[in-house]
Amino acid sequence: MKKLWLLGALVALSLQAFALNAQTIKLGTDPTFAPFESKSPSGEIIGFEIDIAKAMCEKMGVKPVWVENDFDTIIPALQAKKFDAIVSGMAVNEKRKQQINFTDKVFHTPAGMVVRKGSGLTTRVETLKGKSIGMQQGTIFEQYARKYYAPNGVTVTPYKTPDLYRADLLAGRLDAVMDDAVVLQTTLLATPEGKDFEYAKPALKDEIFGVGAGFGVRKEDTALLKKLNKALADIRKDGTYAKIAKKYFTFDPYGD
Amino acid sequence: MIDLIHTYWKSYLWSDGFNLTGLAMTLWLLVLSCAMGFVLALPLAIARSSRNPWLWRPVWLFTFVFRGTPLFVQLLMIYSGLAGVHFIRHTPLLWSFFRSGLDCVIVAFVLNTCAYTTEIFAGAIKATPIGEVEAGQAIGMSTATLYRRVILPSSLRRALPAYSNEIIFMLHSTSVAFTATVPDLLKVAVDVNAATFMTFQAYGIAAAIYLGVTFLLVGMFRRAERRWLAYLQPQTAQTSPRGADARPKEQPC
Amino acid sequence: MTLSLEGYSQLILAGTWVTLKISFLSLVVSFLIGLAGAVAKLSANPVASWGAGVYTTLIRGIPALVLMLLLYFSVQMGLNRVTEHFGLHQLDIEPVSAAVMVLGFIYGAYFTETFRGAYLAVPRGQMEAALAIGMPWFRAFRRIQFPQMMRFALPGVANNWLVVIKTAGLVSLLGVNDMVKAARQAGNATMRQFFFYGVVAVIFLAITSLSQVLLQYLERRFDIGVREARL
Repeated sequence: MKKLWLLGALVALSLQAFALNAQTIKLGTDPTFAPFESKSPSGEIIGFEIDIAKAMCEKMGVKPVWVENDFDTIIPALQAKKFDAIVSGMAVNEKRKQQINFTDKVFHTPAGMVVRKGSGLTTRVETLKGKSIGMQQGTIFEQYARKYYAPNGVTVTPYKTPDLYRADLLAGRLDAVMDDAVVLQTTLLATPEGKDFEYAKPALKDEIFGVGAGFGVRKEDTALLKKLNKALADIRKDGTYAKIAKKYFTFDPYGD
Repeated sequence: MIDLIHTYWKSYLWSDGFNLTGLAMTLWLLVLSCAMGFVLALPLAIARSSRNPWLWRPVWLFTFVFRGTPLFVQLLMIYSGLAGVHFIRHTPLLWSFFRSGLDCVIVAFVLNTCAYTTEIFAGAIKATPIGEVEAGQAIGMSTATLYRRVILPSSLRRALPAYSNEIIFMLHSTSVAFTATVPDLLKVAVDVNAATFMTFQAYGIAAAIYLGVTFLLVGMFRRAERRWLAYLQPQTAQTSPRGADARPKEQPC
Repeated sequence: MTLSLEGYSQLILAGTWVTLKISFLSLVVSFLIGLAGAVAKLSANPVASWGAGVYTTLIRGIPALVLMLLLYFSVQMGLNRVTEHFGLHQLDIEPVSAAVMVLGFIYGAYFTETFRGAYLAVPRGQMEAALAIGMPWFRAFRRIQFPQMMRFALPGVANNWLVVIKTAGLVSLLGVNDMVKAARQAGNATMRQFFFYGVVAVIFLAITSLSQVLLQYLERRFDIGVREARL
């Protein structure tokens, strides 16, 4: 008898997240990318991209449900149907397009590298020889570093989450970190611990960085893709996008 | 799958072209930690089995703390925790050591395996048949000689099964090193997974390699046990001295 | 060094609850799998005993962390294939449940070995007598073999339980919001990593110490009626 209870409890536990409401859409995100997506101290998921997605869902008449997932496994998780779309600052590039489809551009911000003030390090590979550079695993920054820096004697260390590379940079284990320039500004340079750091020059440009970030969907979900693109076009046309952007940025994150 | 193996087999086994990675790194971690742990555990085990509370209590505290907390948490404390401690960060000698992920990992592993090994050896020392100790004392051996010639050889033999388990357990525990950016076997699998998204294959290859090494170690230890614990092996009619009586005798005429 | 938790006490408490939940549920699952596995391994049926043998050898030869990473996604993907095949609505397994299933599956192998040893330690005459008087096998197992087995299994169960608790400390690497992840987030935000990891270490120490006290009590209870040789 007791065993049946236990079995029942286990099944009930695993069905906890069973959504009965068909008018919801599950969105996967890695909320470690402020100001695009992050977690407030109370545990709520907030950010620019989050607000954009919420506005789009309103236009589509569905309720968004957020599912947290680490960035380096977010594509397999999408394919495992843990959620229906990726809303996580994911840059559109060729390698990713082989696995999933992307919506139209949601925003486009440049890549950035942060180094310690006075270290004399730049983004040019000659100055980085023998140094260690960190970034989040699975990002275009990792792809760039592995392509251009690793073969030239630079130690490239990918980290599971940004707070891990941030901790190692502040501790002095890393000489430089790479990530989205706006994210680096918000999470590092603008914080009290970041006062000894600055952007490295010159600015990073490469096709690996893609043409902007979009929402990712499974290849077979063509209907969902159409709906998302229409909602995105709608909120750009009626000014909702600009209103949300003004809340977070002094510039236009849409890029050119 | 074949492509995956073709591209990454070298990284899995010993190098990605830049550093020592994969299986070679894992084995290096294992050998280094177990060797240092063994050397440290001997004096600690002797202290632990002493009757003097000033000796055994501190050692008990050490093993209690390091066996009662997960290795992962110990590693995090040494790798992330110490880096935030002002004293360590700003003392050049200490910082040059703890800055390296590999050094932090070795320290954590050595402390952990030393704690378990100390308890294993202390248990074996305490289980030394009292007759052996008394005989040594009766012929006038000093304590040091007694330990060297009677207690330690017999205890180490007795501890072999439990210690071999500990070494295999340590092999499995080295997989946590990748969280401190050490490029061991599991880290190669994580990187391959991030690059190709072929989760089952990436981790499956690593799992197969761990399985292979485990089998090798188990085989090695079984042979060691057969040699050093020969007197404990199951007796058969052939090997037992009284077995000759059990064999049927030839009937005369 | 201040001892303030700086408002992260809520997060850490929530994480501790998750860790305890996962540890305990994994223990239950692996206990049940272990019983079934031991019976299979000892059975006369060659398929069962060979299958159980492969299971224990494979699982105990691979690090738990590697198995966790290997199986964590496969559980959901496999279930998706099953529900798609039958045309059912997709069943979502949340991270905690997936972690429990994986941990339970892994430590089921270790419990199989523990219970197999305990089973063999009970004198065979006990089961033979029960079957001889006509008890169906399952009732004989439940009333005769199992209670006596537990006495021999207790040290092994205790040891496995401690290992399960410590391995549950790894689930943050699967993305589960347990207490180690909470400590990491709190530590990195306040730059007091050593303190917060220390808090988590103390909590683990408390759990393992309490478990050992509890297990000592259980051992004394199960040993009632059994005389120990006076040395």
